[in-house]
Amino acid sequence: MTMKLFSKHIIPWVLLATVLLVVSCREDDVIVLTEYEPLPMLDSLSSFSGLYLLNEGNMGSNKCTLDFVDFVQGQYARNLYAERNPNVVKELGDVGNDIEIYGSKMYAVINCSHKVEVLDARTCKRLGQVDIPNCRYVAFDGGYAYVSAYVGPVGIDPNAQLGAVFQVDTATLEITAEVTVGYQPDELLVQDGFIYVANSGGYRKPDYDYTVSVIDIATMTQIRKIPVGINLHRIRADRYGKLWVSSRGDSKSVPSRLFVLEKDKRTGRMEVSDTLDIPCSEMEICGDSLYLYSVAWSDASQENRVTYGIVDVRTGELLSDNFIKDGTEADIEIPYGLKVNPENGDIYVTDAKNYVSSGNLLCYGRDGKLKWKVRTGDIPAHMAFLKKNN
Amino acid sequence: MERLCRKTTLVCVAVMLLSGLSGQARAGALSSSDSIQAQSLGEVMVTANRYSEVIPSQKLAGKELQALNSFSVADAIRYFSGIQIKDYGGVGGLKTVNIRSMGTNHMGVYYNGIQLGNAQNGQVDLGKFSLENIEEISLYNGQKSEIFQSAREFGSAGSIYLTTRRPKFKPGEKSHLKASLKTGSFDLVNPSVLFEYKLSESVSMTFNSEWTNSSGKYKFRYKRVTPSGEVAYDTTATRQNGDIDAVRFEGGLQGYLPNGSWKAYVYHYSSERGIPGAIVNNVWRNGERLWDRNTFVQGVYQQDITRKYAIKVNAKYAFDYTHYMNNDDKLMQVDNHYKQREVYVSLANKYSILHNWDVSVAYDMQWNGLSEYMSASRYTHWISAATAFSLADRLKMQASVLATLVDETAEGKDKAPGKSKVTPAIFISYQPLKRYNWVLRAFYKQIYRMPTFNDLYYTDMGNADLKPESATQYNVGFTYAVAPKTGFLSGFHTGVDAYYNLVKDKIIAYPKGQQFRWTMLNLGKVDIRGIDVQATATFRLPLEIGLMTKVQYTYQEAIDITSPSDNYYRNQIPYIPWHSGSAILGLTYKDWGLNYSFVYVGERYNQQENIEYNYVQPWYTSDISLVKSFKIKAVSLKVTAEINNVFDQAYDVVLNYPMPMRNYRLGIAIEL
Repeated sequence: MTMKLFSKHIIPWVLLATVLLVVSCREDDVIVLTEYEPLPMLDSLSSFSGLYLLNEGNMGSNKCTLDFVDFVQGQYARNLYAERNPNVVKELGDVGNDIEIYGSKMYAVINCSHKVEVLDARTCKRLGQVDIPNCRYVAFDGGYAYVSAYVGPVGIDPNAQLGAVFQVDTATLEITAEVTVGYQPDELLVQDGFIYVANSGGYRKPDYDYTVSVIDIATMTQIRKIPVGINLHRIRADRYGKLWVSSRGDSKSVPSRLFVLEKDKRTGRMEVSDTLDIPCSEMEICGDSLYLYSVAWSDASQENRVTYGIVDVRTGELLSDNFIKDGTEADIEIPYGLKVNPENGDIYVTDAKNYVSSGNLLCYGRDGKLKWKVRTGDIPAHMAFLKKNN
Repeated sequence: MERLCRKTTLVCVAVMLLSGLSGQARAGALSSSDSIQAQSLGEVMVTANRYSEVIPSQKLAGKELQALNSFSVADAIRYFSGIQIKDYGGVGGLKTVNIRSMGTNHMGVYYNGIQLGNAQNGQVDLGKFSLENIEEISLYNGQKSEIFQSAREFGSAGSIYLTTRRPKFKPGEKSHLKASLKTGSFDLVNPSVLFEYKLSESVSMTFNSEWTNSSGKYKFRYKRVTPSGEVAYDTTATRQNGDIDAVRFEGGLQGYLPNGSWKAYVYHYSSERGIPGAIVNNVWRNGERLWDRNTFVQGVYQQDITRKYAIKVNAKYAFDYTHYMNNDDKLMQVDNHYKQREVYVSLANKYSILHNWDVSVAYDMQWNGLSEYMSASRYTHWISAATAFSLADRLKMQASVLATLVDETAEGKDKAPGKSKVTPAIFISYQPLKRYNWVLRAFYKQIYRMPTFNDLYYTDMGNADLKPESATQYNVGFTYAVAPKTGFLSGFHTGVDAYYNLVKDKIIAYPKGQQFRWTMLNLGKVDIRGIDVQATATFRLPLEIGLMTKVQYTYQEAIDITSPSDNYYRNQIPYIPWHSGSAILGLTYKDWGLNYSFVYVGERYNQQENIEYNYVQPWYTSDISLVKSFKIKAVSLKVTAEINNVFDQAYDVVLNYPMPMRNYRLGIAIEL
């Protein structure tokens, strides 16, 4: 009886279950397709067709993605790259760190993929890539891209990992020159034939770098280092030729600060002219207003302290310590990116949340009221406007 | 389609088990569960437990364990239900185990009875433990439900016991010598030697050594298609920097005393390996290296003082050294050294009040020290009290309570406040009908896991104010066993459990300021509900053919209920599949053995949000091994050939860490 039952029941089921498990269930992975979401906005009169947003993606996840706010269609396109470039192995890459448009090309600096991805700015189709180790930020001048990188060529002392700035011909995408600068350079900008580079020294903690390197483009050599403050990060120019440099501080005794650099009237060289006791994580200058936010961890309250401020670049005065006027800043867990639309004054703030889930892009009007909010990729961070004539 | 086939799978497994049961109910005649297991699994008979457990463990032992195509303990553990393995791939890749979705840190791993510690990050890499000299692996949910144990053994949400081969001498035998060599894919060379010697009637010694060398190179493949089915990309590359060179020495002395026993053990492991790293766009190799040395000496002494009173003493000293280096010139150069020391002593006492009523009290003390890259030390005290009661061998009950006290110091950091927690546990089993070996069981257990040194003090990230993470477990289930004396079926055993776990104050990394600064906070809350099912059957076939089947299935819903404002609220937590299972089919004929094993891990997500972008396809592998034994006078010879991942599946267990595709292994062992 038993035997019969078992030969009847168990054996066939064991076999069937095994076979089913073996032959079914796993399919080819399909590339991740772009998702579209309508936005309550239409700005077809704008000279911009839209705004690109680069999501960093957590380190090792290979989840750097590219989104687009379409001003003309009034919609949000999430994750464009894989669909537009299905043949690129392992997609856009790991940890996007900067995005800029120059002419008809878009440059995405992908830090942990050690490359600058060059795309057609309109179609997002890949034009090529420039391999630069541990690249961070990009700036342009006279047909060349300048890319800062945390590590330059290995020097005599292998422990001193000095950074570098690479010069890339935007026509050929070839590296044409390379200059060693300070330790772990971050943002850079070009003004009057010089490249100014904010050195962080992040790998040398607690012995941070504290200088801005000055490179003469004509000779592609570092001509001097301006002492500013420890652990520098951002560097932007206002319309009066002043440079605004942010320092991260050391998250202990030295707080984050904002420095102003001006040409010394006597020597004609850039020097620190003002130190503002305003913490700054990210900034964006628009006209005479410098928009910024800062995030500082408070050990006492076990919370992040966040401010959204506006500084008058003429006076250095903090005009507002909260440009968000409708209380929605409470919904932002970690602000991580900032951009201001120079045409209509719209402010874009990104929320990176816990770094390992989708973030948000929030659009505020000039009045500081939330216009719309949309889900992004992981760690939304860097933005670039696409002009209609790009 | 995906969902449909998933359901089909589930239904099949369920129907299979039910049909097994319905057949069983009519089978009748029974004996005790222990003997059935021993018989049905055909395992080498192990020394019987002197004190019966309320809820027995899942066990892999003897020939069954050897027949699996498993290289390390981590490979073998995949055949237990309720377990998830995180495997970074390859011979040297990190392999950690998670029980019932509560997290690696809630799992206690015991090597010959004493817990393996890692005060720095709380994780034990099971890939480091080779199966070469392991005789038995047992998995207990909750705890080993036997009261005569050290206090610390009451302190995990789940426990794995690894027991090395115990010398057993036949009359007239004085020594055993076993030498083996494994080789195969990944340029593996793995010789080992085992020597057992009988020093006297009551004292014996063992010595075992093993060398593992592998280039860690294997082909992996990433393929994507467009929605229309065209190939978007299809790339095959070779895994780099996954090499390993490791040696292990173990030595033991064991002896029997009148009404007692003792055992002393030395373990040393030393390795150098590459850390292969994540495969991301434009990055196909990595420059991280790791050297580690783990050394420990431990001893156990057990003695019946009177007929009613017995003691057990455990002691251990461990020294671990880790050297981590990143010499990729594109990245930050790192060269860190860590040293960990551990001193542990334990005294357990058991007293039998009546023949069916025991009580026990145990006290354990441990000191942990971490030095070099960061300095911290900790004293932990565990005090347990437990009682066990049985009635007619059909009702078994056990209750225990554990107090844990922690006192810390850290150099140059805020000292974490002292912590103390008291946690109860209750285990019950009941056999309602004397004629049928159908046993109902249930347990309730509360447990805390203390923050690790990294959680508390790690540069920038650590948070000295962390509270312990807590888990509460509820489990109900049954086992059923039958061993017909005649007929086709010779043994059948099944176990079904349903459980609910709640993890509170889960220690998670929380973003702090800019630039990937994190801090550790007690923020998480996870609700876990699951069902574990396992069944084993052995069959009588003509012509000396032996057939054994073993099936295991787990369903789990482990959802994040931290905060309704999170966009992953009530989503399945990362890397926990809803469905997972395994099947083993073993055939023996005279000196031949053929084994087929199958592991299935269903769809899951690689991040907290259950969205398409984070979706991970199921993976399943089939492994086959063929074993032939020879006997030439007193020498036995065994040759094993294995094919793993027969169907050449390209899969990741952890995102961007590709696993090996089809691979081979050949082994030869000589014993005299």
